[in-house]
Amino acid sequence: MTDKENRTPGDDVEKVVAINRDPSASREWTALLAHFAETREKASYIQLFRHFAPKVKAYIIRLGLTEATAEELMQETMLAVWNKAHLYNSSKAAASTWIFTLARNQSIDWMRRQKYPEYELEDWHVGEDEGDAGEQSVLSDRMAEAIKTLPENQAQVIYMSFFEGRSHQEIADRIGIPLGSVKSRIRLAADKLKSVWRVDV
Amino acid sequence: MSIRHHLDEATLLSYAAGSMSQGMALVTACHLAMCPDCRKRAQSSEAIGGVLMDTLTPSPISDDALDAVLAAIEAQDEPIAIETVRSKPERPADSDVPAPLADYIGESFDDIEWKRIVPGVYYFDLPCQSGGVSRLLRIAPGKAMLPHTHEGNELTLVLKGSFTDEIGRFAAGDIADLDDQIEHQPLVDSNEDCICLVATDAPLKFTTILGRLMQPMTGF
Repeated sequence: MTDKENRTPGDDVEKVVAINRDPSASREWTALLAHFAETREKASYIQLFRHFAPKVKAYIIRLGLTEATAEELMQETMLAVWNKAHLYNSSKAAASTWIFTLARNQSIDWMRRQKYPEYELEDWHVGEDEGDAGEQSVLSDRMAEAIKTLPENQAQVIYMSFFEGRSHQEIADRIGIPLGSVKSRIRLAADKLKSVWRVDV
Repeated sequence: MSIRHHLDEATLLSYAAGSMSQGMALVTACHLAMCPDCRKRAQSSEAIGGVLMDTLTPSPISDDALDAVLAAIEAQDEPIAIETVRSKPERPADSDVPAPLADYIGESFDDIEWKRIVPGVYYFDLPCQSGGVSRLLRIAPGKAMLPHTHEGNELTLVLKGSFTDEIGRFAAGDIADLDDQIEHQPLVDSNEDCICLVATDAPLKFTTILGRLMQPMTGF
């Protein structure tokens, strides 16, 4: 593509950054999102897009939405990444966590035609001090390891919650165990996954 | 505000996963808006979602997805778009209404069109699309909710005043996060009306004849 008129937006910048960066770890994506939030550099955004858009779409498809809807909601989510980046606080959430919440909210808003009640999105940039920016990524990495060690019956209720959007009651009906058992399995799993927070980074 | 009753770990996870009803999510978000401790816990529950999303095999996206989004970004009037996200209308500092609930009822409990169940007990149903109940209750000092159990989960967040039940005393900010094991009858013990936000994921079951008679009328 030599004709400048025919270039897609961002095509040029992409080539510049591709040489310098090859982020692969969670920590680098978190740093890149924080960098984008501060500078609003299109090149950083494009890298984030290429990495996260296919993951966001995969998540939305797992929720049971069609490919076409998932594509549309993925694009809405990535637009929200651009528009809400100034609210991102890397000391509170890894990049994948923040983008997950945006994708979750977009999907629910679409399914329910009602805004998912959020607790503090507008305050993400202020408030409690949460330590340094790399910490959340380290914890995410540890949590990814911890997920692999969950017993199958605990992993199942976690997957059914996050990937199928099933309520406790729906999970209970589906696997044929009492509501209380679903909740205790979830508690055990969450406790194990969150125990990575109790170890010093 | 010192909060003594917090969210169950399983409830937090369900909120983080987006897998609870709209009404339950609203109560949860309101408690989170009032409780810094649970807010921290919610952030680590949401981190589970981030990690899980990361583990998925990426789905192919359409070839022009990036161009489409970049075009949408350029098409929007950027400074205005960011301004709208940034500056929510100023909220009154002394509002008793947590921010997530203010989206539904505004900044005051006084403008609500309360409906009377029995003398001293009023309710207002919120337009949450969900299978169960999503409502505000206003109960006068010394009055009690009808005793009931539930098929599923029930969340009761105190916004004003206080009540006591079989579990303990609940004041503003406290949340009673109960499942189907519990039968309880909250009794208001504050000098002012007690206002609670309640949600269930299934209809309530009243345990007295009066309660069962009231049920068709009140929609519980």
